Amino acid sequence: MAKKETADIGAGSRLYIEEARGGTNQAAPGQAKPRPAPGPAPAEFRLIGKYTARIDGRKIVTGQAKYTQDVRLRGMLSGKILRSPYAAAEVVSVDLGPAKSLPGVLAALQLAEGRVRYAGEQVAAVAAVNERTAEKALDLIKIEYKILPAVVDWEKARDPNAPQVRDGKPNVEKFNEAARGDVEKGFKEADVVIERTYRTNFEIHHPTETHASVAAWDGDQLTVYDSTQNVHGVRDGLARALKIPASKVTVIKNYMGGGFGSKLGLNEHTVAAARLAREAGRPVKIVLSRRDNSLCVGYRPSSLQTYKGGVKKDGTLTTIQLVNYASGGTGYGDEVSEPAIDLYRCPNLKVEEFTVFTNTGASRATRAPGHTQGMLGLEGFLDELAAAIGMDPLELRRKNYTTRNQGDTGLPYSTKGLDKCYEAGAKAIGWERRNKRPGDGSGPVRRGIGMSSSIWWGTGVPGTLADVVLYPDMSVEAVCGTQDLGTGTRTHMAVVAAETLGLEPREIAVKLGNSDYPWAPGSGGSVTTPSVSSAVRDAALKAVERLKQVAARKLEAKPADIVMEGRTFAVGGTSGKSIAFADVYRELRRETVFHGEHGLFPRDKFAFNTFAAHFAEVEVDCETGKIRVLKHVAAHDSGRIINRQTAESQVVGAVTQGLSAGLFEERVMDSNLGYPVNTNLRDYKIATSLDMPEITTIFVDVVDDRLNIMGAKGLGEPPRIPSSAAIANAVYNAIGVHVAEIPMTPKRVLEALKRKEAGS
Amino acid sequence: MEKQPDRKSPGGVSRRDFIKGVGTGALGSAVLPRLFAEDTIVTKMGRVPVFDRKNITLTVNGRPQTVLVAANETLLDVLRDRLELTGAKRACDRGECGSCTVLLDGEPVYACMALAIRADGRSVTTVEGLAKGDNLHPVQEAFIEHDGYQCGFCTPGFVMTTAAFLAKNPSPNLDEIKLALSGNLCRCGNYVKIYKAVSAAADKMKGA
Repeated sequence: MAKKETADIGAGSRLYIEEARGGTNQAAPGQAKPRPAPGPAPAEFRLIGKYTARIDGRKIVTGQAKYTQDVRLRGMLSGKILRSPYAAAEVVSVDLGPAKSLPGVLAALQLAEGRVRYAGEQVAAVAAVNERTAEKALDLIKIEYKILPAVVDWEKARDPNAPQVRDGKPNVEKFNEAARGDVEKGFKEADVVIERTYRTNFEIHHPTETHASVAAWDGDQLTVYDSTQNVHGVRDGLARALKIPASKVTVIKNYMGGGFGSKLGLNEHTVAAARLAREAGRPVKIVLSRRDNSLCVGYRPSSLQTYKGGVKKDGTLTTIQLVNYASGGTGYGDEVSEPAIDLYRCPNLKVEEFTVFTNTGASRATRAPGHTQGMLGLEGFLDELAAAIGMDPLELRRKNYTTRNQGDTGLPYSTKGLDKCYEAGAKAIGWERRNKRPGDGSGPVRRGIGMSSSIWWGTGVPGTLADVVLYPDMSVEAVCGTQDLGTGTRTHMAVVAAETLGLEPREIAVKLGNSDYPWAPGSGGSVTTPSVSSAVRDAALKAVERLKQVAARKLEAKPADIVMEGRTFAVGGTSGKSIAFADVYRELRRETVFHGEHGLFPRDKFAFNTFAAHFAEVEVDCETGKIRVLKHVAAHDSGRIINRQTAESQVVGAVTQGLSAGLFEERVMDSNLGYPVNTNLRDYKIATSLDMPEITTIFVDVVDDRLNIMGAKGLGEPPRIPSSAAIANAVYNAIGVHVAEIPMTPKRVLEALKRKEAGS
Repeated sequence: MEKQPDRKSPGGVSRRDFIKGVGTGALGSAVLPRLFAEDTIVTKMGRVPVFDRKNITLTVNGRPQTVLVAANETLLDVLRDRLELTGAKRACDRGECGSCTVLLDGEPVYACMALAIRADGRSVTTVEGLAKGDNLHPVQEAFIEHDGYQCGFCTPGFVMTTAAFLAKNPSPNLDEIKLALSGNLCRCGNYVKIYKAVSAAADKMKGA
């Protein structure tokens, strides 16, 4: 029952990657026409590309911004979920009776039958008049389990005799392979061949606001307030899970306390809230606990990447061979090979990736899935190759620079500002100050400088819609069914509309976060800014066209001669005739809607990607193993920057998260019971204000006019991709041995130093 | 109307209730086993009153309020669920992240770790009460101007911590700012922007 209904839940990283590539959301052929490049050059923009404070800042700093956790509806019940205490078991029977007869309990549901495959999988749920009663009711539910053998540790799960996680399928599955050229030939051509292994561990999203949903029925119409990155996706998912028409479902997300990929898909508890609300006849709110965030709403999959590669003395890469073992619990791991395939010109390449299933909750897309892990491995390997031939690591990267996609298309990049990122970043960090050979320094505290490149998708999604609505009283709305994750979407919509209409951002009323609004993709894959800004710009340009027509009529001139200046429409030239904005808007007589859309782009002729280079300087205490990051420079090519204020925050935040994952973050499992043991924010370490270095943000401003009418690309994930890797390489430069595993805890640093001493 | 559950029964103490019980010290352990038998009980601290609920009077954002609270109810529960003040956020619910920071007699406290009965007779300021009418507090202005937030969920906590900190240290250096903020977590990772906001707020307050 519940199992089947929710079978399509949990869009994992692989679907997400499809979205990031813009692959699943192609507009119907002929629907959207590619539009010509927009008018003014960047310097002429009044607002775009400049600093604009968030239009909703006042709401946030006064506590008026309402998050899903804060939603309170009349008669609302508290929903709670009972989760399997076993990593693998057969649910033999569920008796909801005693829970249902507890006063104050209005609904109870069985959510699982048959097998449960991880500790934390939902089994039953109740809705009661308050949280305490709901908790008490969970204790009264009688469940008989037949405990089954489980495997929690992914390395043990590789053993063919390990308990099988999935029915009738092995735990290890090859899920990606790629090849070009002949790697054996490449090894022969190389002057130096090395092999290295890099490991990344399980990193949990832990958004500050835990996942939450409030479901309310009005007859057969369902409204769900959800802490989600994807109002339309959740709407469609709920309709499928509940077998009701999508037209009867509205999903609303006003404010959200972080997601980072963990809130991209429909959650099982959201379906449970809707079903409980239907049974109880009253709204139901379910808020997951901090502990639940460690159990059942995803994490970044682990990776174990072995690179074997060859290079000539002059730095020419001849071959890269990559074998990766990833684990995503009951879900898939991430493919980490995209950077190895795409980033450098290398004629011979072979990739094999395996995912290992275990009895732990399923992974989810985590800010730049796969690339973040892959960049740690690939860029670490490049640094070790550079050291092997005594070359400047940055020179090695420049030597193998490519202006064409190296993967399956081979198309030229429409724009690629990575070289500019290298130059600007190296200058800002003082690249020449690095140890010329890794570990050259002396004394117990060593300093080092390292860098990492980045590549990601981050194009807009064709077919994204937005409306601009003009009112006769000169008020203006920008409406789009996108969502603001805290990235500043509301403000960039206002900036684009205001820029185009000759108004100020605060004059634009932005409406978003509602599945009843025009379609926009889920906010994942760094697609939101390019998608939404272009659709808003398109709508606003149409609005301006209409206003000019009206002004032309009033001024008895041709629309083509009308120019916008100082809140008037004027006849160009020296006539001196003009009409105030207010008088033109009034002539509209009623509210007027203009529809905008993100057009198609020539993806058959060009490759479109975002690029970045990060540079870090660290200090490593070789006696304690403690790492301190002193300075971090992030140079980015994400096309045209819409709002520099919030763009900088995106970068700063991703550097912080990369530092946090690089040094501290790791889910620790009890490998017998299948429970994480660090389920709170004290034991699961995340970076605090005391850990931060100086961060410098650089945008190289390479506008891609072929891509969309804003020339903008995404920025959500790109800064997360090289941030841990640059720090790891800086540590390598400091101590002369690559720690090769994140988080680089003091213990791992000391072990690496021991390896170095032992000469291995 | 459904029958209201019996809130008095302490049966099945959850971990959360337990922790909150422990927070009351001797009083807490006295409350749990004996609820309705008598009004006072002898402990090694002497004779203490026993109650499971109590009317408390506190001043919230300048306005006196009387609320009947359960002995194990936190200040955060009362603010969010009874007084409709949802500015303080519940993110970790165990004193790790600072998202629920409010001022109790001007001192920053984690509202999730403060029992509501401890606020009896005291004054509470939440993020909703920091501005004077339409005039934002300089800390609030500075957070907007310097983008000292992303998702904004931790922001009420950061704003309250900063307001209390700058009241004590009007001219902090960067290290002092970092230390003052170290009890608040920002998962979006905007710390370096927050430092700038705090520093700018200090300048504003000195200028004012």
